[in-house]
Amino acid sequence: MLAAGALALGAVVAHYAVPHRHAPRVATQNAATRLAAPDFSLPQPDGPDLRLSSYRGKVVLLDFWATWCDPCREEIPHLVELQQRYGDRGLQIIGISMDDSIEPVRPFYQQFHMNYPVVMGTAKTGELYGGVLGLPITFLIDRDGRIYSKHIGATDAAVFEREIKSLL
Amino acid sequence: MRIALSCGKLAFAFLAIAVFSLAHAAGQASSIPATRLINPEDLVKLIQSPGKDEPLMIQVGSHVLFTQAHIPGSEYIGPASTESGIQQLRKRVESLPRTKFIVLYCGCCPWGHCPNVKPADDALQSMGFTNVKVLYISDNFGTNWVDKGYPVAKGE
Repeated sequence: MLAAGALALGAVVAHYAVPHRHAPRVATQNAATRLAAPDFSLPQPDGPDLRLSSYRGKVVLLDFWATWCDPCREEIPHLVELQQRYGDRGLQIIGISMDDSIEPVRPFYQQFHMNYPVVMGTAKTGELYGGVLGLPITFLIDRDGRIYSKHIGATDAAVFEREIKSLL
Repeated sequence: MRIALSCGKLAFAFLAIAVFSLAHAAGQASSIPATRLINPEDLVKLIQSPGKDEPLMIQVGSHVLFTQAHIPGSEYIGPASTESGIQQLRKRVESLPRTKFIVLYCGCCPWGHCPNVKPADDALQSMGFTNVKVLYISDNFGTNWVDKGYPVAKGE
């Protein structure tokens, strides 16, 4: 009885306390109308510059994020799982940090056990992709380097997984 | 007995999550009183009919986002979720009369997730500013400002 009461109370409190996940905006393109993903070459915190076009032939999930962005922090563990699960089938996740400086990115990368490359994005990178004026924003790119979908806001891992599987 | 124990553990976990969520939400934008919020459409009207009550508009989010798009005439201060951002904000306003009309905004993330506007608002309140509004951006600056066709400037 006590447990049931506590459960009900917990559910009510959590409902009002937890900021609700906004339904992400998504645009999915069929093969005929997909646009080419703009190419870029950006520095990695501890590695050589990364060029997007060098991943042609793979399905790429491009995630614009930042260390201070709460929804991004919620999403990243799911992205790590997806990279682990589908990496050997041709998935490559690339994170584009929109942090203003590199300092918080290094410890974040370690803390979240990120298993995919991260590069430092700029305003120009954001503009290339139509303006990254809110985070996270995620693009799924097919093996031919064309944009399959764009997700604005935190997105359920199941949605990403379904789309990734359809492209692999 | 086992079932009762499991239920108890589950209830405890739920309560713990709820308490954590409440504590988390307390530092977020959603705890700013509604009386201190201003909607984008109302701010646009203010900007487009400048009068004696022209606000000082301060962006307290990311510089990368500010460079891509910001409200014309607004100033970049730095993310108020960081100590350096708060220091910059305090420095910028310290010499102003406490009745100065100030509008704070960010738009990095959905409202309930924004880590910047609440600390910025708290800082100005603690300094005694009495005419502060926070721009209510429900999703992000792109969706709720740029995509609406409201005035935008680019660059530093």
